[in-house]
Amino acid sequence: MATPAIKVEGLGKKYRLTHGQERARYRTLRDTLVDAVKAPFRKRGTTEEFWALNDVSFEVQPGEVVGIIGRNGAGKSTLLKILSRITKPSTGRVEINGRVGSLLEVGTGFHPELTGRENIYLNGAILGMRRAEIARKFDEIVAFAEVEKFLDTPVKRYSSGMYVRLAFAVAAHLEPEILIVDEVLAVGDQAFQKKCLGKIREVGSSGRTVLFVSHNTDVVLALCSRCVVLRRGGVIADGSPDSTVVLHLNDAMEDSDGQFDLHDHPARKSGKAPLLTQLTLRDARRPTTGFVTNEEFVAEMTISTAKPVSQPRVALAVEDAFGRRLFTVANYFTPTQFDEIRGTARVRCRIPRLRLGAGKYLVSVSVSDPYHGLLDSLDAAGWFTVESHDPYGTGELYQPVYGPVIEDSSWQVQ
Amino acid sequence: MNLTADDPQTAPPPPPAPPAGAAAAPAHRTVIEPDRGWQLVDVRELWRYRELLLALMLRDVKVRYKQAVLGVAWAVLQPAMLMVVFTVFFARLGGLSGGDIPYPLFVLSGLIAWTFFSTAVTQAANSVVGSERLITKIYFPRLGVPFAAVGAAAFDFVIAFALLAVLMPFYSWAPSWQIVFLPLVIGVLLLAAAGLGVLLSALTVAYRDFRYVTPFLIQVGLYATPTIYMAVPTDPSPGLKLWLTVNPLVAPIASFRACLLGGPIPWDGLAVSAVVAVLLFVVGCLYFKKVEDSFADVI
Repeated sequence: MATPAIKVEGLGKKYRLTHGQERARYRTLRDTLVDAVKAPFRKRGTTEEFWALNDVSFEVQPGEVVGIIGRNGAGKSTLLKILSRITKPSTGRVEINGRVGSLLEVGTGFHPELTGRENIYLNGAILGMRRAEIARKFDEIVAFAEVEKFLDTPVKRYSSGMYVRLAFAVAAHLEPEILIVDEVLAVGDQAFQKKCLGKIREVGSSGRTVLFVSHNTDVVLALCSRCVVLRRGGVIADGSPDSTVVLHLNDAMEDSDGQFDLHDHPARKSGKAPLLTQLTLRDARRPTTGFVTNEEFVAEMTISTAKPVSQPRVALAVEDAFGRRLFTVANYFTPTQFDEIRGTARVRCRIPRLRLGAGKYLVSVSVSDPYHGLLDSLDAAGWFTVESHDPYGTGELYQPVYGPVIEDSSWQVQ
Repeated sequence: MNLTADDPQTAPPPPPAPPAGAAAAPAHRTVIEPDRGWQLVDVRELWRYRELLLALMLRDVKVRYKQAVLGVAWAVLQPAMLMVVFTVFFARLGGLSGGDIPYPLFVLSGLIAWTFFSTAVTQAANSVVGSERLITKIYFPRLGVPFAAVGAAAFDFVIAFALLAVLMPFYSWAPSWQIVFLPLVIGVLLLAAAGLGVLLSALTVAYRDFRYVTPFLIQVGLYATPTIYMAVPTDPSPGLKLWLTVNPLVAPIASFRACLLGGPIPWDGLAVSAVVAVLLFVVGCLYFKKVEDSFADVI
C-alpha cells in the first residue's frame, strides 16, 4: 500500500480548565507573581483536565475524500486545528505526506481597508500561494468571485455576499495535494454554496486528498467516499458514509420523551433570536418519539415572542436518516392563516396518517412572516422513529428496503 | 424552510482514481508531535514563507497610511514635531548643546533613529495579539508576525530620512564620508528592535500587562538614552557609564549621527551594543519559539 497521505496515531489534546476563573483565558503577570509568592512549591489552583481528543487514530490514503463528522464538542475542531498545525497535540503523532492547504474559514487575514485586489494577494500569501501563482490565477479568481467591477474598492464597502465570494474564490484556487476544509461552505447564498460544493468535488475527483469536517450529512454523503465519526474526543466509527452517517444520527438521538427544548439548540443559525422554544411530538395519546405507520402524528411548536408576529408562517419538514428531506408541511400550504402571535403561543400541527415506513427521522421547524422573511429556523430540532410493522394487518411487514414512504393503494385485476 | 444547498439525492462520488504522484515519495512531509520545549528557529521555514512575511509587511504599511488622513506625512511629522519640542525646550531653555552640529540637526538625527526603534518595538509587541484571527485559523511561522511589524516600521524610517535630507542643506551641512558605515549601525538597531519586539510580543500573549509595560518602557527609553538629545559628557560617573555601555541604543544612536553628520564613531560602544543586540535577538526568538505553540490556545 502506498504511503498514507495522513497518518494519525494515538492523537490526544488536553486542555486545562481552571475553576473559578473560566473567563480569564490568559493570566496577568500579577497573578503569576502572587501565586509564586503565596505557594512557591505547591501546584496551584484547582484545575481540571479535559481531553478534547483522546487516542484518535486513523489513516487517509492519497486521493481519498474523507468526511469527519460528530456533534458539537466531539473534537472535530480540535482535530482540525492539530492537523492544520495551529495547535500542538498533547500526545500522539501525525504524519502528513504532501503539501497541505487548510481552510478553517474563508477570508482569513482579509483586511477591510485593503482593496479586493490587495486582499487577493494578501490572502493568497497567507494560504501559502506564491505571488507568481496568484498572479497567474488572478483573472480566474476574480471571475469566480464575480467582483470585476469592485477590484479597487476596499472590501469594507463590499456587500457580505461579495466579501464571501471573493474570500472563497481565493481559497478555491489553492492547489494543495491535501486539502483540509472546515464547514466554510455554510456561507453565501444557495447558488454560491452549490458552486463551492462543486469546486470541492472537483478537487476530490482530481485525485487529491480531501479531509472535510462537517455536520451537514447531505454534504458528507454527496462528497465523501469515507467517513470518520467522532464522539467525545474519540473515533466511534470509520467507514462508508451511508453506515457511518446513520450512526452519527443515532448518536444525535439521545433519549427523549418527545419533548425537545429549543432554547439553546446548536442548529439555530447564529444571530437569530430564539423564537421557537419547544417542540413536542405526540401520538394520539401522549408525547413520544415512537410512532406507528398510518397513525396520527402531532407536532406542537411553542413560539415565544416579545414582539407580536403578524401572519406567521410556520413550517415543519421531515428528513430521513441520510438527511434527505421527505416532505414539508406548513400552515401556509393550507387555507389556515394565523392573524398574529404575541407572548407565548403553541402552534399545533396534526398529520392524521403518518405515511412513513420504519426508520429514524428528523424534524426541522421554521417560522417566518411575510414582512421579515425567516424569523427562526432549526434543522434537526427533534427526531422520532417509526417501528417496522404491519400497516394493513395482513401479516406483511413494511420494511425499510421498500422505501421510507407508504402510499395507500387499491388493487384489482381486470 | 432552510433547504440545504446540494441535491441530497446525489450519489457519492465514485472511488477516486489513484493520484498521479502516489508512487513517488511526496516532496513535503510534515510530522506533528507534542511540544518539545526549547527549540531553535527554523530559518529554512521562515525563508520558505518569505513572501508571506513581505505580504504582511506591505499590509501593515498600506493599512497604516490608508487610515490616516495625513498619510505618509505622518512618518515625517512625528520626528519633526519632537525635533521642534526638543530644540525649543532642551536647547533654548535647558541649554543642552549638540557640540559643533546645529542642535535641530543633532536632535533630529537622534530622533529618527529612536523613532524607528520605538515604532518597531511597539508595533511588534502588539502584533501577535493583534493577529489573533490569523493565528487561530492558519499555520505559518509565527515569528513572521513581529518581523513584519518591524519591517513596516523600517518603511517609516526610510521616509523620515527625507526630512533630514531637506534640513541638512538648509543648515549647509554636508553628509559625512562615514555614511558608508550606516548599514552596519542600522543593522545593530534593527537587531535590537527585532529582539526586544519579538520578546515583548510573546510576553504580551501570555501576560496582557505588557500592553501597558511596553509604552512605559518606550517612554522611559527616550530619556534614558541621552545620545538622542545631547552630547554625552566624556567622563561620566561609573554607574552612569555602565548604563551607557549596556543600553544597546546609546552607542548606535551616537554612531548613526556620526555616520550622517560627522564626528567620531564610538566603535567600542557600538561593538558592545552589537553583542547586546545579538543576545537580545537570540533570547527573544528562543523564548518566542518556546511559547508559540500555545499561542492559539491562550490568545
